[in-house]
Amino acid sequence: MSDAPLAGAPLIDALHAEWTKFRTLAGTWWLLLAAAALTATVSAATAAGFHCPPDGCTAQLTGADPARLGLAGVYLGQVVIALLAVLAIGGEYANGMIRLTLTAVPRRLTAFCSKALVTALAALGAAVAAVGGSVLAGWLILPGQGLSAANGYLPLSLGNAADLRAACGSVLYLTLIALLALGVTAAVRDAAAGIGLVLGLLLVFPIMSAVIPDHVLARHLEQIAPMTAGLYVQATTGLSALPLTPWQGLGVTALWALGALALGGCVLRFRDA
Amino acid sequence: MTAIAPYRSPSAAGRDGFPQALRAEWTKFRTVRGWVIGALVGLLAMAGLGLLASAGGQSSCQQVGASGQSSSGGCGGGLSFLLGPNGEPINDSFYFVRQPLAGDGSVTARVTSLTERVQVPNAGGSDATEPGVVPWAKAGLIIKASLTPGSAYAAILVTASHGVRMQWNYTGDTAGLTGPPGPANPRWLRLTRSGDVLTGYDSADGTQWNLVGTVTLAGLPATAQVGLFTASPDYSEHVGEGFGGGTSSFSGPSQDTAVFDRLATSGGWTAGPWAGGYVNSPETASVGGYHQSGGQYTVTGQGDIAPIPSGHGGEADPAVTVSDYLVGTFAGLIALSVIAALFVTAEYRRGLIRLTFAATPARGRVLAAKAAVVAAVGFVVGLAGAAAAVLAGEAITKARGSYAFPISAMAEARVIFGTGILTAFFAVLALAIGIIVRRSAATVAVAVLVIVVPYFLAVFAAVPLSAGDWLLRIMPAAGFALQQPYPAYDQVSMFYAPFSGYFPLPAWGGLAVLAAWTAAALALAAYLLRRRDA
Repeated sequence: MSDAPLAGAPLIDALHAEWTKFRTLAGTWWLLLAAAALTATVSAATAAGFHCPPDGCTAQLTGADPARLGLAGVYLGQVVIALLAVLAIGGEYANGMIRLTLTAVPRRLTAFCSKALVTALAALGAAVAAVGGSVLAGWLILPGQGLSAANGYLPLSLGNAADLRAACGSVLYLTLIALLALGVTAAVRDAAAGIGLVLGLLLVFPIMSAVIPDHVLARHLEQIAPMTAGLYVQATTGLSALPLTPWQGLGVTALWALGALALGGCVLRFRDA
Repeated sequence: MTAIAPYRSPSAAGRDGFPQALRAEWTKFRTVRGWVIGALVGLLAMAGLGLLASAGGQSSCQQVGASGQSSSGGCGGGLSFLLGPNGEPINDSFYFVRQPLAGDGSVTARVTSLTERVQVPNAGGSDATEPGVVPWAKAGLIIKASLTPGSAYAAILVTASHGVRMQWNYTGDTAGLTGPPGPANPRWLRLTRSGDVLTGYDSADGTQWNLVGTVTLAGLPATAQVGLFTASPDYSEHVGEGFGGGTSSFSGPSQDTAVFDRLATSGGWTAGPWAGGYVNSPETASVGGYHQSGGQYTVTGQGDIAPIPSGHGGEADPAVTVSDYLVGTFAGLIALSVIAALFVTAEYRRGLIRLTFAATPARGRVLAAKAAVVAAVGFVVGLAGAAAAVLAGEAITKARGSYAFPISAMAEARVIFGTGILTAFFAVLALAIGIIVRRSAATVAVAVLVIVVPYFLAVFAAVPLSAGDWLLRIMPAAGFALQQPYPAYDQVSMFYAPFSGYFPLPAWGGLAVLAAWTAAALALAAYLLRRRDA
């Protein structure tokens, strides 16, 4: 028997190991940067691409929601965030690292939980930068596109409650997408299949609900869609017309993420790596 | 010292060429179970989502079209569209002041005014009207094969905002003099028949005539209906560009009144008395008629003589289109991107790539063989998926009694084939991205980012329409234009949105953009494949 003292708290050590793996991969930091930059750039481009209809810029005429416009980059940023999470576990399966990981931390759920925690924290950090950049861009650009105080729009800022909720909700949404992607990839154990499934899952509900002419069915599809429902948290106008309240919508995404994590955890726990 | 002869294998040297590389790559593809399953998943997703779109359609009998867009047929046997000579759905209802005239001849008239009235918005269903502008309100001279709706015709006409036009057989349209007609700006019109050939002229003063167009209407009967007509299509008012929720608009019927004088026939035609009446009276027709005093004919009418574009009713339009059946294409593309990515990145991960290059040292040849294999797989998946979705979708729509927007077999075949081309090019693009980035998940993410995400944002109105328009012009997603089932008609005011199946680029233009991206990615991949160690 070794004389070395046994490691103390297994979760802390596992977390430390996961964090070391995460931060020492070169690609990680590029992906975090790309997520923030892509989100902010696309948000700014969307805001700059907005034009009022010729007859006027009032809320009734444009039907525009400044928060959704200014945060539109989240649609693209989530792809990079999902990729980050997919690679966090898919990469280990690709190069066999997963066997070493599970040798070091034989309690598989502990390893999985610490990986999820590290991934979620990294995604949260990137999301804060991404959403912060988007809000800043929207605050600078949107008034110039006609969504100004003169037309009855508040400038996009974290100072008013609705915009603050939209921004914080978007950050949480991106974090949940990371967890969803992590869970799905742990279940399929292949990075390419994982990212394909996650993107398909995000897109299939809104596309189908837009095409199905049965409005009742379409509304139900939106209510259970991880992307559509989750992004209700960005809405600041027309809340009464939404099938769910903004926080309920984000709750739907959270349920999806939880379900995916549970599935991924089960697969990891009960299958050979 | 004895010279030792080097060993030579007694077996003949193996052949080394493109066919051998192609065969090797095809063997790799078909023997990896996951890839074949992935291709099947893509195919089934395309077909299955299309079926869901058609099975979720409304089966109740509902009036197609916004009010005023007339459509023939009743609710009993399901609603049917009136079809034009080329099989496209059309409107053919207008007020006609006519008489039958035999043989060849010519008819001339001057239009001194054209005014339109529209229904007062939100007037609670009352018939109150107010002056308005209906850009494609029409009045002019027409020669029509018969009074049957949908019969062949040619017309020279003035419009409210698009000048003088010569139009024929619903889809034909050429422009003449510009500017709206008015008392200070009268428009002379002349329509001449010579056998099957009809010629339209316009003039600002009645002496200087310009040729607007010449058309041949094969099989025009010897005695045709000739006269004056007015028609005014539904007008719609755009109430803003929605964000995340499409557009909102108000629409309603309209009417127009034209004042003609100097009506004369010549060149073999001798005019008798003129008789007024609607051809295929629009369901909302509450007005229409003409009176004559001192050589002046005042004609009022509603309706339109024009093709009906699909999706004109937006969300309220229950007609299922071919675009609905093909909605699963995005899922097929995602599946193909996974396969194409793994087809190259798996070789790098397992080290098989070194064996591949040892067997075929010409790396460009390996790339070409891989591209050919994924292109073939992509084409088959797209073609079979689209064919299954469209054929099964049509059968379901028919069985449920839902309305299917008519499409010719030719156009349908073109869309299905176009889907195969789209998926084939995309699979090659994904393969090239895979060679460039060498990481499977990153390849899938990039491939989806350049084609499926722009398509989603633009088509489902998640970004403002102008931004979506640009996404569908410059991104590889432009290739979705290959799936546009119906032409956009300039002579019908409608919002031709991607959501309704209308793309900013024509099919060949969209293919050119996608092909350019694919070629650029392949060139970079070929360069990197030569320069980098495997």
